[in-house]
Amino acid sequence: MAIKKIGSQTVKFANPPSIISSGTIVGPKEGQGPLKDYFDMILTDDTYGEKSWEKAECKMFQDSVNLALKKASLNISDIDYLIGGDLLNQIITSSFAARQFNVPTFGLYGACSTMAEGLSIASMLIDGGFADYIVVTTSSHFSTAERQYRFPLEQGVQRPFTSQWTVTGSGSSVLSSNGTGPYITHVTTGKVVDLGMKDANNMGAAMAPAAADTILTHFNDTGFTIDDYDLIITGDMARVGKSILMELLRKEYMNIEDKYKDCGIEIYDESQDVHSGGSGAGCSAVVLNGWLLQQIKSGIYNRVLFIATGALLSPTSTQQGESIPGIAHAVTISNYA
Amino acid sequence: MEKDIKKQQEYKDIAQKYEPKPTLLKNVLWAFVVGGLICDVGQFFLNLFVKRGMTPEQAGTPVAIIMVFLGSFLTGIGIYDDIGRFAGAGSVVPITGFANSIVSPAMEFKREGFVFGVASRMFNIAGPVIVYGVGTSIIVGLIYYFLKG
Repeated sequence: MAIKKIGSQTVKFANPPSIISSGTIVGPKEGQGPLKDYFDMILTDDTYGEKSWEKAECKMFQDSVNLALKKASLNISDIDYLIGGDLLNQIITSSFAARQFNVPTFGLYGACSTMAEGLSIASMLIDGGFADYIVVTTSSHFSTAERQYRFPLEQGVQRPFTSQWTVTGSGSSVLSSNGTGPYITHVTTGKVVDLGMKDANNMGAAMAPAAADTILTHFNDTGFTIDDYDLIITGDMARVGKSILMELLRKEYMNIEDKYKDCGIEIYDESQDVHSGGSGAGCSAVVLNGWLLQQIKSGIYNRVLFIATGALLSPTSTQQGESIPGIAHAVTISNYA
Repeated sequence: MEKDIKKQQEYKDIAQKYEPKPTLLKNVLWAFVVGGLICDVGQFFLNLFVKRGMTPEQAGTPVAIIMVFLGSFLTGIGIYDDIGRFAGAGSVVPITGFANSIVSPAMEFKREGFVFGVASRMFNIAGPVIVYGVGTSIIVGLIYYFLKG
């Protein structure tokens, strides 16, 4: 019997796992942004000394895992599972990085929602008694994503104002059954929602309905009110998606504006020419594992709803004129178990 | 199904409301200025060759070669994309933009090798332009042939 399931899509953990450590590594552009002081490592060269950007992203993935393990004084052999994901076809970054680790691995694809998806599954595994230590890692790289989804870097094209900038970065969380917080107390797993948006340069609009659906479901399932949270933060709605999300929630008589932030808006300054804001599987990962966890640990936010959002498109689906399905997974991170 | 379509339309209206409007006037002005400057450079070389004794028809070919070289060179040293960000169509439409569209994927996909990377990806963007350019010219040519004949 699913005794830990509450409502239609939410799980409440009996023994909430702790995020005991985290590691972040970002590219030069993110290293000039407003959150620069919160990252463990900032690259000065986005090829990271490698021959290809794919190799660079893979190395970032590995190093963010290593940074997180080192801070927790753990070895990779102490880890029960590595859960990883990225944006590249066949999630090569995660798989290629995991070659080095010799540890049982789950590879995930949830586009930019992968960090929350990974945290959800890891928490279920730990609370279910299947593991004591799990590392969750995601990554993205501007240059690998551009060449897969869009145009060559040197091509002189104008990006529309609705477009988002893929974050170069990788973030890792180490989860443990044994820890003193911050705890993951609830997760709400999102449904795939598609309201027919087709513009691959406007992913905020494609993802907003999924985010609204997951947020509303989370509050319905848990019985929480907005007052129970100090912060509600989405992964990469960016400026356009934020405005739409706020309106969708207002229509359901929910106003979260005072407590709302978005990782894609926080990570860059408006002067950095990123248009709507940041995106990518690494976006929510580095903001969570860099800035946000430090804020929670220092008690600035005691309970946070972290909702990573993903646009589940591919270059093929876009070219064939398909609409863009969105997904959003919510995770409650709290200082109280 | 009908309900879905209505819901999608309603959502489309909401989403459209928050779509930032493109800065049309600014884009047009930049495109005009930069596109005009590129044409000035071309005209400069054309005048130079004509002055040196070529007919304007003869001078067209070397001018095109020089402009393609300049477009490729500026792409190679990483400047053309910066120009393109401001100029938009102003730097896409001239022949330098055509060079940019071939050189940029050729550079980008070098890692995939010279056959499946550089050579096969080179015409990713320029390919359709060539296909429909040649296609249109054949149709126009045929019409001209029959009307004249």
